[in-house]
Amino acid sequence: MNDAKPTIRILKDHIFKSFIIALSLVAILPLLFILFYIIRNGISFISWQFITNLPRPVGETGGGISNAIIGTFILISIACILSIPFGILTGIYLAENKKGKFSYFISLSVDALQGIPSIVIGILAYIWIVKPIGRFSALSGGVALGIMMLPVIVKTTEETLILIPDSLKEASLALGVPYYKTILKIILPSGLSGITTGILLSVSRIAGETAPLLFTAFGNPFMSCNIFQPIHSLPLLIFTYAISPYEEWHALAWGASLILIGIVLTLNIISKIVIKKWKVQF
Amino acid sequence: MSKVFDKIRKRFSAEFVFNKALFFSAICTMFLLIATFVTLLIESLPSIKKFGLKFISGKTWDPVANEFGALPFIAGTLLTSFIAVIIAMVFSIAIAIFLGEYFRKGIFSTFISSMIELLAGIPSVIYGFWGLFILVPVVREIEIKFNIAPFGIGIATASIILSIMIIPYSASVAREVITLVPTDIKEAAYSLGATRYEVIRKIIVPYVRSGIFAGILLALGRALGETMAVTMVIGNSNFLPKDIFGPGNTMASIIANEFAEASGNLYVSSLVEIALLLLIITIIINMAGKYIINRMSI
Repeated sequence: MNDAKPTIRILKDHIFKSFIIALSLVAILPLLFILFYIIRNGISFISWQFITNLPRPVGETGGGISNAIIGTFILISIACILSIPFGILTGIYLAENKKGKFSYFISLSVDALQGIPSIVIGILAYIWIVKPIGRFSALSGGVALGIMMLPVIVKTTEETLILIPDSLKEASLALGVPYYKTILKIILPSGLSGITTGILLSVSRIAGETAPLLFTAFGNPFMSCNIFQPIHSLPLLIFTYAISPYEEWHALAWGASLILIGIVLTLNIISKIVIKKWKVQF
Repeated sequence: MSKVFDKIRKRFSAEFVFNKALFFSAICTMFLLIATFVTLLIESLPSIKKFGLKFISGKTWDPVANEFGALPFIAGTLLTSFIAVIIAMVFSIAIAIFLGEYFRKGIFSTFISSMIELLAGIPSVIYGFWGLFILVPVVREIEIKFNIAPFGIGIATASIILSIMIIPYSASVAREVITLVPTDIKEAAYSLGATRYEVIRKIIVPYVRSGIFAGILLALGRALGETMAVTMVIGNSNFLPKDIFGPGNTMASIIANEFAEASGNLYVSSLVEIALLLLIITIIINMAGKYIINRMSI
């Protein structure tokens, strides 16, 4: 620190500060651009007919994306049914056996699972389910998405339950309540907000996931609710329409993007509110 | 007899079932990871047997001639990810200092941090779609100005999209470690008359260096496996990339492009081997990042 030139030091400080502020503001510009373009290009499409009609072939106007919206919800439900019970039970195990023999390895593998690229999970679902059944199916897509949800649910459940004080559990046990009832009726309800947030966050993460669906759910231009048949979903529809050579399909993809972003960001914001309102506090 | 009954009763009590259910699902989670490795390994055996280590160094990818080498994709993956991480690093350190040091509370910081969080929530297919229709024409204009072959799509464009996608992750890690810097050493420096800039330069940055490195590793792990956005803007050329403005392919994008149409045992198995390589690289990088962070926060 040079006492002779305090002004230069203060000048440097100011320059640095404006530099940091400028870089931070530039970093959020892409978000504003993306939202701006999607709203500008997609807003004219949002109508009841767009949401309830099936897609039409190129050249015919007035197609909708109802099959993709239904498909997305079916895929998410399959993923939730598969991953929520396993995720919560594993989370309880990890929170209850902090120093257990297996806990270290299990939390290590949960970390590793979280890092698996989504496209690799798609290949797994293909090998495990599509190949034996012999055709692309909604079930295989749901399994792929479920594997992606699992680590997030385990982590958030574990982190929430660790925060709950032992005295609560001890009080319940001292009253003679069996261990499993203590966990299910005291500990789990106390941590419900954290677990709900975890589920919402993981759903919003997989709702826009496309890569594992390319060769599992595969897409289907018709309405389908059979889980053993190929099924369409919003992200998949955006991908196929975006890389198609037709102007009309590009326009449809902007509309679908607006709906998808709406769903994902709403889930994100709801989970924020859940965290804020019902935060675990002791 | 009553002893036997006791045993049976114990075996079927809710308590016992509950404990076993907990243990069972925990073991299943661990088994899932092992099964992942084993499955990919078994499925890629034909290609491992046929090509051996040459698979990694092979430059030709020719499904018609049954000749498979992954070098163009490994090179593409490393190039795009490293460029993306370098771009993202500058911005995420700035954001972390902004939120961790200059504006810890207040409307300004809430605004920036929620914007950054929203950035993390946007699905990757939408990044790709936006990139394809908005960013690619812009890049093409720039390329025409600088007299480079105006593809628009290519490794450079993919890196820009990737860097936008990973900024939230590296920024949140960097912010967390900046808040770990003990207040008393910062206050000591301020009391000696240091400016904010000097405190950041000489106290905070040296303290958080390893944490920021961990954040970069975690962001790199994400960038390596990112598929949709990259697939849509990288140009999908199966040759070794000549320069960063030309088209290329990454390990994830070649799988996305060709897996559904791959016919022939060796073709599929080569793609699965690429997936296996990608899995190993990302898991090693993620684990290293998490290890450094865990060591820091204790």
